[in-house]
This record gives sequence, C-alpha cells and structure tokens, in this order.
Amino acid sequence: MKPVLEIANLSVGFPDGTAAVRGVSLRVMPGETHCVVGESGCGKSVTALSVMNLLPRGASRSASVMRFQDHDLTRMADRHIARLRGDKMAMIFQEPMTSLNPAYTIGSQMAEVLERHRHVSRAKGLDRAAELLEKVGITAPGMRLAQYPHQLSGGLRQRVMIAMALMCDPELLIADEPTTALDVTVQAQILRLLKSLQQQLGLALLLITHDLGVVARMAQRVSVMYAGQVVESATAEALFAAPAHPYTQGLLRCVPIPGKTPHDEPLGSIPGVVPRIGGRFTGCAFRDRCAHAAPACEGDIPTRHLSHDHETICTRPPA
Amino acid sequence: MNPRSVSTGLGLLIVGGVLAIALGADLLAPHDPFAQDLSQRMIPPSWMDGGSPDHLLGTDQLGRDYLSRLIFGARISLLIGTLTVVTSGLIGTTLGVVGGYFGGRADDAVMFAITCRLAIPLILVALTVVALIGSSLTVVVLTLGLLLWERFAVVARTTTMQIRNLDYVAAARAAGASTPHILIREILPNILTHLVVVGTLEMALAILLEAALSFLGLGVPPPLPSWGLMIAEGKDYMFFSPWVIMVPGVALFILVFGINLLGDGLRDLLGVSARR
Amino acid sequence: MIDVRNVFRHFESRSGLFAESRVVRAVDGLSFSLESGGVLGIVGESGCGKSTLGRLILGLLPPSAGEILIEGKNLLALDRRERARLIQPVFQDPFSSLNPRQRVREIVGLPLAAQGAMPTAKQRDAVMDMLARVGLPDTMADRFPAQLSGGQRQRVAIARALVLRPRIVVCDEPTSALDVSVQAQILNLLADLRKDLGLTYIFISHNLAVVEHVATEVAVMYLGRFVEHGPAQPLFAAPRHPYTKALLASVLTPEPGIPIPDVGLGDNYPDPSNVPAGCRFHPRCPAAMDRCRSDTPPAASREGRVTECFLAA
Repeated sequence: MKPVLEIANLSVGFPDGTAAVRGVSLRVMPGETHCVVGESGCGKSVTALSVMNLLPRGASRSASVMRFQDHDLTRMADRHIARLRGDKMAMIFQEPMTSLNPAYTIGSQMAEVLERHRHVSRAKGLDRAAELLEKVGITAPGMRLAQYPHQLSGGLRQRVMIAMALMCDPELLIADEPTTALDVTVQAQILRLLKSLQQQLGLALLLITHDLGVVARMAQRVSVMYAGQVVESATAEALFAAPAHPYTQGLLRCVPIPGKTPHDEPLGSIPGVVPRIGGRFTGCAFRDRCAHAAPACEGDIPTRHLSHDHETICTRPPA
Repeated sequence: MNPRSVSTGLGLLIVGGVLAIALGADLLAPHDPFAQDLSQRMIPPSWMDGGSPDHLLGTDQLGRDYLSRLIFGARISLLIGTLTVVTSGLIGTTLGVVGGYFGGRADDAVMFAITCRLAIPLILVALTVVALIGSSLTVVVLTLGLLLWERFAVVARTTTMQIRNLDYVAAARAAGASTPHILIREILPNILTHLVVVGTLEMALAILLEAALSFLGLGVPPPLPSWGLMIAEGKDYMFFSPWVIMVPGVALFILVFGINLLGDGLRDLLGVSARR
Repeated sequence: MIDVRNVFRHFESRSGLFAESRVVRAVDGLSFSLESGGVLGIVGESGCGKSTLGRLILGLLPPSAGEILIEGKNLLALDRRERARLIQPVFQDPFSSLNPRQRVREIVGLPLAAQGAMPTAKQRDAVMDMLARVGLPDTMADRFPAQLSGGQRQRVAIARALVLRPRIVVCDEPTSALDVSVQAQILNLLADLRKDLGLTYIFISHNLAVVEHVATEVAVMYLGRFVEHGPAQPLFAAPRHPYTKALLASVLTPEPGIPIPDVGLGDNYPDPSNVPAGCRFHPRCPAAMDRCRSDTPPAASREGRVTECFLAA
C-alpha cells in the first residue's frame, strides 16, 4: 500500500533565523490516523502548514520528499497546490471562531468550496453542503445553511469546519488541534465523529495535537516532535507501552490519570524550558533537560530502531 | 533598506532639523526678524534676478529678512504645536481614561462632552475669542489646546476599555491597589504608545490650524513671524513676488510632512495599528 | 472560612439597538462553605459561570444578591487592603496577567506597596524571598514579562499572589494555557507552597484529570449552580449527577486501546442567558424524566455529598 502522504527530511526556517522544523520525516497510510504530538514551539503546526504550502511569507522550506498521492509537492507551483487544497487535501484548524468568515452564511461558504473546485452551480453546492452537515451530525441542516457562524456554538462550528473539509471527498484530512478550543464533552463528540468519518470514507488523517489523551484514543501511528525534530515514531500501542525517548517518557509522566496517579507524590515533570533553535544547532535539543545526558549528546544523534516500525533518535542504546 | 525606516528616518531628520533651527534661532538668523528697512523691501531670494547674498531668501514688504523670519517662525510653529498637544493631551487623556475605566454615568458624561466638542466649529470659536480678548500667542495656544482634545479622548477611552478587562488590572485590584494607582500605574503606561501616535498627528494639525488662524487674522498677531501670518501678509504681493508666499508655504509643508512621517514610523515602531 | 450564601450574579446584555436585553445568569443561587486547608476544585465547561464565581469570591465583582463571608466578615465590607491580605488570585493567561510595562520586581511587589505598611527595603527582601520560593533566580527580578516564558510568567503570578501570605488563593485555570510539562511543574509548585504556607486553594478548572490530582473537595458547576459537591475521592469514584458522570467519561486518558466514550449529551449547548425551566440540565441529560422538565430538583445530601438531581435523592 502506498502512503497517502509522505514527507522525508522536511526543514522549515523563518526569516528571524529560527529553525522551526529540522529534518522531519513521516508518512500517512490510507485509512490511518497519524498523530503528531508535541508541545508549543515543537514545529508540528508548521509541518502541517508546509504540506499545504500555507507557510507565511519569508519562510524557507526544503524536503527531499514531499508527496501527496502521486503529486510531488516540492516541485509544484502554488497555484497547482491550491487546486489540491480544499479538494483532495483538506485542513481544519483549531479556532472555529476565526476559521469561518463571519460575514457569510455557512451555506455560502461551504458551497463555495465545491463551486471553486468542481465548477458546479450554487444549488448543487448547497445540496452537497446539506448532505455533509447531516453526515457530521448536525440536525436541521437546511436551517443551518442559512445561519451565520456567530449563531453557532463552538462545537457546531467545528462540525461545520469538518463538513466543509469533506465537501470534495478529500483523501487526506489534516487537523491542527481540532478540539483544543472546545469543551471536554464536545471534544469527545468531535473526535468520535472524526473517527467514524474516517472509517466510513477511508480518509487518511494527520492529527496535530499536544494532548496525549487524544493521541491514545485516536492514533494508529504517532510521531513525537521536540524542537523541530521527530524524536520518536511508533505505533500508538508501542509508544505508550514502551516509550523510548526520554522526552516521551517525561511527557507521559506529566499527565495525571484519574485513579492511577498517586496524589501524595509530585507529578512527574520535565525541568527546564524548550530551547530556541537557530540554524547552526547541533546535537540533541533535549540534552539540557535530560537525566541521561552525556557528552555524546552534543554530536550527531543516531537513529535507533527498536522494531521495524518504532524508531527514536537518541545516543542511548536501546534497552 | 526597509522603506518604512527610510521614511521614518526622514521624518526624524526633518523634525529634528526644524527643532534645532528653532532652538538655535538666535545664532542662526543672520538678521533681526523684526528689523524693518524700507529701502530693502521686496528683494527676491538670492538665486533669482535682483537677489542679494545678504538676504538669502529675500525680504518682505517691510524690508525684513525672510530667512530670519522663517527661522524664528519655526520657533512659533513648534511652540504652538507642542503646547497645544500637551494641553489637549492632558484634557483628552483624563476624560478618556475616566470614562473608559468607570463606565456607566461617567462614561456617558465623557461621551456627551466629546459629542459637544465635535459640534463646535473651531473657526467661529476662534473668531469669538479674538473678538472678545484679542489675539496673542497665549490665546492661540489655549484655544487650540482646549478644542483639539477629542481624538485623545476617544483613543484613551477605547484603549482603556480594552485594558481594564485584562487580568493584570484585576490582579492589581485584588492586590489592594487604590483606583488612582491603577489608573496611573497600570492603565496609563499601557495606553501611552497609542497616545503618542495621536500626539504627533495632533501636532501637525495644530500647526496647520495656527497657520490658518493667523492667515485669517485670528491667530498670532503681527509682527510675530508666524508662517501663517507671513503667508497672509504676503498675499497681496503674490503675483509679482511669489516667494513671499512660497517660502513659508513650503516650510509648513515640510514640517507637517515630517511630523506625519515620524508619526507613521512611531506607530510601526511601537507596534500599534491604526485601528487599535 | 469562606461562607457563600445564596449568591446570584446576573448580567444584563443588550445585543444591538433593537434587541431586548437578555439576562445572563452567570451565578444563579450558589451556597457553600469551605473550611481552611484543603483544595476546593470547581469544575465545569464554558458557560457554567466558574470564572464569574472566582471573581465574586475575590471581591472583584459584587453579587447581584446574596452574600459572601470570609472568616465571618462580609467580603464587601472589607477594606481593599484587608481583603488583599485574605484572598489573592492566580489567573489563567500568563500573558495578560502581568503588566507588560513593569518589571518582575514591581509586579510581585505591588501587593506590598498597596498595603503601604512595610518599609521599601523590607518589601524588596520579601519580593526576592518569594521569587526564590517559586523557583525563579534573582536575575529575573529586573526582567520584563515579555522576556519570560509562559511557565516563568505563571511563577511570577504565583509569587505576586503569595507575597502577602493570604489565607485563600483562587486559581482560575492556572495551568490551562501552559504546555503539559510546564503544567506539571506549576502544579507541583502549587502543592509545595500550599504545604509550606498553610494555604487554602480554590482551584477552578475544566481539566478533570488535574482536578482529580489536586483537589480534596470537588464541586461540579453547571449553568450557575453546583450540581454536585462533595469530598473528591468518593465523588470521582462514584459520581451521582448525570453531568458529573458525563464529564468524567469524557476525560481522555493517555491509555491506548480504550475507545472514545459516547457521553450522549446531545447538541444543545448550555446558554446562561437562556436557562431551561425545571432542572437546568434536562435538555442534555441522558436520564431525563418528565418531572425534570418542570420541577427543579432539591439539593439531596448524602454522606457529605450534595447533589441536585431527582435520581440522587
């Protein structure tokens, strides 16, 4: 099976010298949910934006491979990538408040996607929009089409975003923190929806999040990012059962689990802060915060293969 | 080089230059700006026919050296601009902060005051004041200062309203800070950047208004070398001796242009967008 | 120590010139008592009024009705300085909770300066001592907030809250805007400080896993009222109110292999300007009965836990 999305060695730099993404590689298979997890500043959102060619002006991007289906994204002009955006490659963002244009109705915004990519009439666009609103669990879709974004709650707006992303039957859906701004109960509903849609439609889902709980429940594969690199990549079971990278281990210790984490002990934590990485940084970015840091960590960091689909970058030999 | 920093630099150069000229007027001016010499009247600038190196920018209808009058006029323009901005800034900021922070009746009162102020025609008021009191530098500064505060008030009010809901103001209240402390130490420093931008715009406006008032005879009285007054006095000779109007006119243009460039640059530097 | 008696806080909101004004019932008849020591966790989702409650308890907002007593004294009757010595906040957003134009030492020193009692030299010492306690090096004192990370800013906010040694600290989502690893650091810090300084916390959060870890007592808030309130462990082990059950079920723990629960709450979202008649939770409740639509459930108290639900009686 060919991956829907394949990225190898992606690097993104910003004009102020920050190296936001440094040599990221990952692939998403059809029907699979691949979670990219990390904290703020790790480069996960920038990675997603690079795929869609939505980086801010002045950002420099390079990759040895960046392929969506049969399209080589590194060689395509933006206007060709634009035809894929919203069509076969769709993206939903964190803030449904600002992702929808407050000046237009839901219906017109959704229909516009179909009109633009498939050149159909407004009526057809609205029909498809209503169909998708139902699919994402919105009742009375006819009424909703005529409403404006501010008339809907956050959860509903996010459903609309998902429906809008599905208008042209995408093969890849990139979701950047789709539930972070939502209430807990709504978050569960939206994630269930994404999962069921994925199963129905065979979508490949690239899910960016900082929430390990979301990763555990949604992902088949996980890439853990830190300071612009993928420090560990594995299946979800393998990652949670036997995290190999000290950062992943630290992160998992930080999250309290009701009923399991002891109350009278301090929560596991990772001392220090994320470093800012400029272009000439070498060695392991985590070494200042790592309990196992050694002089070797300042040089090249080898990739360790713990199994055929579990790898990490660390100087420590695998246990 | 960044075009915006070039224009800001230019603005800084212009305003700085005019400021230096105004401060050093006594040293720079070749002649006494008030000294009349009717034998030397209407001499054109030195680069034109009939000009003389003794009067680089020529003389006016009373034989006064134009360059000297221009230099001392810079003083007046800057003085009026600065004093007006300070006065109107104090009035407008106080009103805006009080209305924006307390809301309710206080805010209603401030909005009412602003609306009244907007309904007042500047020129008519100036006319009345001059008719009653007579014109002088002080009168011009007070009139303009007491009438040009509305933009300060609006900006101060809006920014105060945004800031008063921020957590650090709530934290200051929870910490037991008194209301004056909150207004002066928590709110004011954070709206200052916005007010500075308004200040540069108002200064340019004040200078132009003073020129207009002086032109109409409602501003600075002769023989003070206000640039507006120089234009007014020269208008009778405009066709035969155009430099009498052009010299102060160009000077006004350059100064106001410079102030506006500086204001734009400050706005960018301080990270303030026009709407916020 | 804190006694909240039948407190209401309503807001009038007018949307547009011609719309009727609607009343937002942010806090709608809340009563509870809190003893000294311990951590009261208040959980709820957006629109439940927990932040408004936080501000009421801090004395930053007067109640529309009802009263709040701290150590027997009416909160509103306290002088601002007295109140500051009793109760202090730590807010959610480390970016907007510190004055960007002040240095850290001024920010942390503000409560001391506002008291006007301590000589400046002693104030300085107290500030430096507090900075050390929250794990910030001396060099931070002269920095501006923009030069600090989110976690460092939150430490400054904590230092500011504790410099007067208040009795109660109201933490309003203190770690929600922080990364997971920083969150853990801050939670550990708060726990240590509570023990060292003998504090009482009111910990407002939407993150149940965090509340489960820190709280000794929990109140679940929905549309302005506590729908369930009691000691933490029993409440988490055996929730009684359907909303509490739904909230707990929604917690996504980092444990793979467990499917995402269907909490079955439906699409209606809680709107404090449009509180349903009868039991305020009935439009979303999976166990709603007929009487829930018309009658308001009384507070049923059993084994130290108070629940407002007909099913819990």
